[in-house]
Amino acid sequence: MDITWYLVLSALLFAVGVTGVLLRRSPLVILLCLELMLNAGNLALLSFSRSLGDQDGQVLALIVMVVAACEVVVGLGIIVAAYRRRIPLNVDDLRTLRG
Amino acid sequence: MKEVAFFIGAIGALGGAVAVIALRNAFYSVLALIVHLISLAGLFLLLQGEFIAAAQIVVYAGAVIVLYVFVAAYVGNVEEPLWEPIPGQRFIAPLLGIALFVELSVAIIGSSLASIESDGPTVELGFGSPSEIGRLLLERFLIAFEAASLLLLVAAVGAVVLAGRHRADGDAAPASGPPETT
Repeated sequence: MDITWYLVLSALLFAVGVTGVLLRRSPLVILLCLELMLNAGNLALLSFSRSLGDQDGQVLALIVMVVAACEVVVGLGIIVAAYRRRIPLNVDDLRTLRG
Repeated sequence: MKEVAFFIGAIGALGGAVAVIALRNAFYSVLALIVHLISLAGLFLLLQGEFIAAAQIVVYAGAVIVLYVFVAAYVGNVEEPLWEPIPGQRFIAPLLGIALFVELSVAIIGSSLASIESDGPTVELGFGSPSEIGRLLLERFLIAFEAASLLLLVAAVGAVVLAGRHRADGDAAPASGPPETT
């Protein structure tokens, strides 16, 4: 099984995530699509780590996972805060930072 | 055998990803993400990333998904209006996605990297095991490890400050709540 297959799959998953960000307008789903893209990046990191026989890529994937968790926590906090203030959860309306 | 496992994992991951962006209900999107993440953990196992696969299940399919499920249930289904500020957005967006995929594939397949054309070199037994990853994290990547822990702390405090704030127009003063730090 060539490593190329894994890399092409990772590119496909990344493209699906980008399509979701461009297509959807609910901030929750956009955060989910960001997860898709980060996971595609992780898959590419692990593929390269396997193809080089070097474990550094796996450590980097772990750090990416931590950053993704932080991004989710802050993003969901913003969504909950916007919902409590009766701000419409639509990224077309959420254009300004003014609460 | 490995090919069969790869294609099962790939179909699961791709199906989950497409379901995430195609389902109208945000709650179902979160559930589709679980399928995607578990299939991806299987692919990580095929790539000899035992610890990463376990962390994927525990961190993502456990903690992060629980957070998403609670927020999706709290916010409820956000209906997306049919009106589009950019005309033809639903046709242009998949087109751009396909263009990006083609571009990335050309870059991957057309690259002259010899190492990705093979199955990968044979590695020793402990490749990607928790002990190896832990040794790397605590020796070579100690700074990154500590920075990640600091980042997690800042994110946790930030989430409390963002989501736990009392409504300004509600009660007069949050006397019972903890003092807010800005």
